[in-house]
Amino acid sequence: MNIIPLWLHKLSSPPVFYRFAGALRPWFLWSALILGAAALYGGLVLAPPDYQQGDAFRIIFIHVPCAWMSLFAYFCMAVAALVAMVWRIKLAEVIAMECAPIGAAFTLITLITGSLWGKPMWGTWWTWDARLTSELVLLFLYLGVIGLFNAIEDRRRGARAASLLALVGIVNLPIVHYSVLWWNTLHQGQTVNLIGQSKIAPAMLWPLLLMVLATHLYFVASLLARARVGLLAVEGGKQWARELIAEKADA
Amino acid sequence: MHDFLAMGGYAMYVWPAYAVFFIVLAWDWIAPALRRRELLNELRGRMAREQLRRQRAAQSNTQQEGASA
Repeated sequence: MNIIPLWLHKLSSPPVFYRFAGALRPWFLWSALILGAAALYGGLVLAPPDYQQGDAFRIIFIHVPCAWMSLFAYFCMAVAALVAMVWRIKLAEVIAMECAPIGAAFTLITLITGSLWGKPMWGTWWTWDARLTSELVLLFLYLGVIGLFNAIEDRRRGARAASLLALVGIVNLPIVHYSVLWWNTLHQGQTVNLIGQSKIAPAMLWPLLLMVLATHLYFVASLLARARVGLLAVEGGKQWARELIAEKADA
Repeated sequence: MHDFLAMGGYAMYVWPAYAVFFIVLAWDWIAPALRRRELLNELRGRMAREQLRRQRAAQSNTQQEGASA
């Protein structure tokens, strides 16, 4: 049982994680790109048009995976923020802060693609209903975390302050998720059900699930790349960072 | 091919949605790469300045020793 904490402890050391992240990053990126390309082919070419929405439904293949990622990235950020607050691990602070811009990017895509889907289907770009409003609040939470982190000069203190905000904001996650059940809303209910029967044809479901997988892999790749930069920013004066930079200057 | 691009009349909604997806994620990938390059330049500059200061200090030390001898 002792092996796991020891292994984790080693991995949380900045120079070890820096090298580990650098080695893993291309694998995640390339598998995300390949699976994403297959999912796009399945979604845009192979899947038949929807009997009600025609070809407009094809926005689902990016809208739904990005919406899931907007929640998943927040969850990851909150877990890292909790670890950062309780144990004050430097790597956890860096990871929490680097989750925020990726999550904000996915939230922005969700809102814009949803708007582009809403116009032809509902006749409006935007409506203040529960699902849309709570997703917009999610974007503001991400921007708040990024803003607070950047407003405090000391990076570690800034990361801990922003971590607290991230933890408070977690109350919004169930609101986003259950908003279509709790309130009467224009937004359609859950289409994909991981446990029971999904209300979607298999030819449409597999590209969607493949895209969900691809966006998760992309998230990890982007997080690893960002965490490397974040670690270098915090640890720039340390011996390992100096050696790394000196090595790169020679090469 | 024309049918594919037309998207059953919804081209003006479907393609911009996909464009937003790729543009935002491309930005997400490029932004930290730029930040990394900037940071490395800054750290390299700081190391070079420190090196220079150390060399100057060593030189002025030897000069002082030479003057006192």
